Amino acid sequence: MGYPNLPHQRETTVLSQYFGDAEARTLAGWKKRGGYKALEKALGMAPADIVNVVKESGLRGRGGAGFPTGMKWSFMKPGDGKPHYLCCNADESEPGTFKDRELMRWTPHALVEGCAIGAYAIGAETAYVYIRGEFTEPLHWMEEAVKEAYAAGIIGKNAMGSGKRIDVHVHKGAGAYICGEETALMNSLEGRRGNPRIKPPFPAVSGVFGMPTTINNVETLIAAAPILLNGADWYKKMSLSNPKSTGTKLFSVCGNVQRPGTYEVVMGFPFKEFLYDLCGGPAHGRKFKAVIPGGASVPIQTVEEAEATLMDYEGFVAQGSMLGSGGVIVIDDAQSMVSVIARIARFFAHESCAQCTQCREGTAWTTKIMERIRDGQGTTEDLDTLLDIADQMTGKTICVLSDSCAVPVVSGIKKFRGEFEALIQGRRFHPVVAAVA
Amino acid sequence: MPVFTGEVRRQLDELLTRYPTKMAALLPALWIVQRERGWVSDGGMTEVAELLELTPAYVKGVVTFYTMYHQHPVGKYFIQVCTTSPCGICGAEDVVKALLRHTNAGDLGLTSPDGRFTVIEVECLGACGFATPVMINEEFIESVTPEKVPDLLATLA
Amino acid sequence: MADTKMVNLTIEGRKVSVPDGTTILEAAKTAGILIPHYCYHPGLPVAGVCRMCLVEVEKAPKLAPSCATTVAEGQVVSVYSEKSLDARKGVLEMLLINHPLDCPICDQSGECELQDYTYQEGREDSRYREPKRFNPAEDFGGDVIYVPNRCILCTRCVRFMEDVAHEPTLNVSERGDRAVIGKFEGKDLTHPWASNVVDLCPVGALLSKDFLNKARAWELDRTASICPNCTQGCNVTMETRENQLVRMRPRPNENVNAFFMCDWGRLNYRWMNEKNRAEQPMVKRGNALANTSWEAAITAAARSLNGKKVFVAASPMLSNEALFLLTQLMQGGSGAFRVTEGEEAPLPGVKDLALRRERAANVHGAEALGFKKTKDLLGGLQQGDVLVVAGEDLAGIDSSAVSRASEIVVVGSVLPDALAKVSVVLPIANFSEEEGTVTNLRGRVQRFTQARQAPGETRPSWLVLGDLLGALGKQSNFFLPSEVFARLASSNTAFAGLSYDTIGFKGLPLANASPGSGAPVAAGVA
Repeated sequence: MGYPNLPHQRETTVLSQYFGDAEARTLAGWKKRGGYKALEKALGMAPADIVNVVKESGLRGRGGAGFPTGMKWSFMKPGDGKPHYLCCNADESEPGTFKDRELMRWTPHALVEGCAIGAYAIGAETAYVYIRGEFTEPLHWMEEAVKEAYAAGIIGKNAMGSGKRIDVHVHKGAGAYICGEETALMNSLEGRRGNPRIKPPFPAVSGVFGMPTTINNVETLIAAAPILLNGADWYKKMSLSNPKSTGTKLFSVCGNVQRPGTYEVVMGFPFKEFLYDLCGGPAHGRKFKAVIPGGASVPIQTVEEAEATLMDYEGFVAQGSMLGSGGVIVIDDAQSMVSVIARIARFFAHESCAQCTQCREGTAWTTKIMERIRDGQGTTEDLDTLLDIADQMTGKTICVLSDSCAVPVVSGIKKFRGEFEALIQGRRFHPVVAAVA
Repeated sequence: MPVFTGEVRRQLDELLTRYPTKMAALLPALWIVQRERGWVSDGGMTEVAELLELTPAYVKGVVTFYTMYHQHPVGKYFIQVCTTSPCGICGAEDVVKALLRHTNAGDLGLTSPDGRFTVIEVECLGACGFATPVMINEEFIESVTPEKVPDLLATLA
Repeated sequence: MADTKMVNLTIEGRKVSVPDGTTILEAAKTAGILIPHYCYHPGLPVAGVCRMCLVEVEKAPKLAPSCATTVAEGQVVSVYSEKSLDARKGVLEMLLINHPLDCPICDQSGECELQDYTYQEGREDSRYREPKRFNPAEDFGGDVIYVPNRCILCTRCVRFMEDVAHEPTLNVSERGDRAVIGKFEGKDLTHPWASNVVDLCPVGALLSKDFLNKARAWELDRTASICPNCTQGCNVTMETRENQLVRMRPRPNENVNAFFMCDWGRLNYRWMNEKNRAEQPMVKRGNALANTSWEAAITAAARSLNGKKVFVAASPMLSNEALFLLTQLMQGGSGAFRVTEGEEAPLPGVKDLALRRERAANVHGAEALGFKKTKDLLGGLQQGDVLVVAGEDLAGIDSSAVSRASEIVVVGSVLPDALAKVSVVLPIANFSEEEGTVTNLRGRVQRFTQARQAPGETRPSWLVLGDLLGALGKQSNFFLPSEVFARLASSNTAFAGLSYDTIGFKGLPLANASPGSGAPVAAGVA
């Protein structure tokens, strides 16, 4: 049923099988559960071979972009004489997403292992785990796990006796969603304002401290271990719909649903069954109205679209949205879509780094108009203006925070225009009366 | 009164070994200042700047970018409530109201007359399935509802 | 040059060939197209934040920031396509939503890039209905005021202080639409080169206190000149209103000052507006000096100098032309000059650029022409010499030294202290009132032109000295300072081969100048 509930029988718990298992957090407990066998195997392989296995498996970045992980690792040129770096992106701040928090506070050693494997595969001796400052528990458990791993010689200057050096450092963020953007993360790590960088140059060429760098999400790195142990084919076989989407995915479910929590299912799982069966459907007497399936940056789905979706990268795109980070925000008929979208716009306006004109001004302008409409002071021109602003905010900036703010506005007006117009015409929003019994 | 003396200085020195540049120790150093003093003052920024060979203006530019560094003293208990949409649709606003009422803080960002509480709204805390998450200083509390607020505050001295 | 790989592309239908690594924005300049931009500046590292320079590139899925995108073979770029125009219009609209309607009271009006581009390509109206963001103005220290409401956050000022001045005193504070430029309490903008941020600011957010409310940009007359205040020889534009100098600003020169000038030089223009002047030719009658005509004064001066040994106490502010003609007067005598000194203040981010210790424009020209630099100005004045005081005020000079002179001829803009033995006064224009050349500390000869009308009966220095030499039977008439320079170039090997035409407004080095003198700067110095 998705942690904090017990696993549902239709989940496939590969990464989440130890959620809630306190003993799994210690080195002794982790080893008992088969921990660090994958790292041991990896250290006996050539890095290029590890990269190939991961490539074969079809693993794609689990942070939201879905970029093929093996290919990303292969961009790191070996033997260039420069120090390589691995950055683990644990800045999880996309509204609706909370899977990395669970992974880190329940299986911190899994991440240490994943970082070590990733670092070794890309020729890096140093891995930084950039954890957002608000994640008190993950920070604590990751620091503990790193300490234990160093003490046991698993990482350090002679990782598991391999002769290879692998250092893992936990780095605490300080409150900025934009530091989840890979180049902003690097700037923040370097001690700068978390401003995204222009690409090119790409991180694999010039990343943190100007050196070749790979940035991977927490879930992506943790997935590398079972892939190495069980083989690429095993991972590829876990794919119910599209062969380009393989393995399992953690979905964070929140909002107006009976059983919010973290669920792990095979790619391609039917979304309708996921929402009604695994997640328990809407609250008593309520109906679903909308779903934002991949964190606040992806288009809003109508219930019809959601119910027709197969849960993988291609499946969400086919139904008017994107898989994104897998943060499933479920909205029922008691909510005002205009209020929800106005609050999302406010989020982006608060988090804009202020570099690009369209983002700095556009997110704030969008928020002001949305709130005015929400409060009954909107006009029909406002809808055209909102769409114009959204167009100016799309495809024109250094990073996609700007585009992300435009997305819910555009999909909201397109699919829920009636609610906007009602407020503009002076009719206050009334939640649908809950059915009795 | 400098922050980075004795054991605290030793901690900074250890941190410096983790990065190839001094500047990269800036965020960790600022966390130490906030841990030791409760907030990051101009004096704290100046001290960090000198130690890391940066200018105070540069350090200030970094401090003001990140929301978690306090640039002025706050109540003994700094209460942060997530109100972004996933929590917003699960009643976060009511949790805020309950906290403001029961702490007597008056309004968001203000410190209660007894100096114990400051309540602010924050953006997504990354625990959306446990609505509404609340942070009190470094403590992270899940699933707070208006009903639980009085008991929660009662645990704070 | 054979090694430089060239890239061929088409910009707005014009074929362009530029070295590999050139940005689209710089390549467009070579085709005569200026892509509108704010945050980009050839003297600063690229930021790519204003998003104004986005252009359409055929086959590319997104608009490209032309300041940060290097050219590729066969690219086809449209600067004025519908998509490009629409994007710029969008940026302009966004910049204006919080921008106050300050044009009527804003110093930048008339030389404001936000005005210019909005007039060219912006919307006619505003769709913004919300309250505008407000922050109070802030004194940044030094000569600079910051008006946050007008700021477009291009960050040129921040990048200048960090990457060129090497003193990061400015930052971007806060985030999102709350962001402003900030400094640290107690750490002001007192860097000796800080005022360049006022030039760099495309709008009226950073203003000069010195220039505040003094003149409207369109009232100013502008002339190309050289800063006379030290030996660096920064290229400047002198700006006047009603014949008063109200501002000096740097003019780009990749071999001298890149795009910048120091605060000392910039703010030290008032002396050129000096009112306490010698404005009439004078001749001694009895015990006093009396006004007279130019003819009479020249004749009297020639009589004083004829056949005598002459010592010239010159000013290092005088032009090469004036100093050259003065050497022709020496008749076996000699000349010297003294120069005030101050602290050197380099601009670390530019090679070989500094406020120099010696605070006058033509120290090196004077030395090249045979004048001796000395702290004892009249040390070389021998008993019975005629003393020609050229441009010097003789302040602090011991009267016993002056008394060695048999008589004194003054050629200057101010009357010197010791007047007793002065027999003739020939009033000349000052640095801002005539045309000529000066030589900087690296031996670069640079032209300066007339920015102000000279007062009273004063005449250009080279004209007066030429007439004087004529009256001594020594030469033909000079009608233009270029003619004087031509005579100088033909008689002095260091200056050989130079002329006003070849010197132009970028200058040229003397034959014996130190090699490699100059400041490397990105392509694009106009």
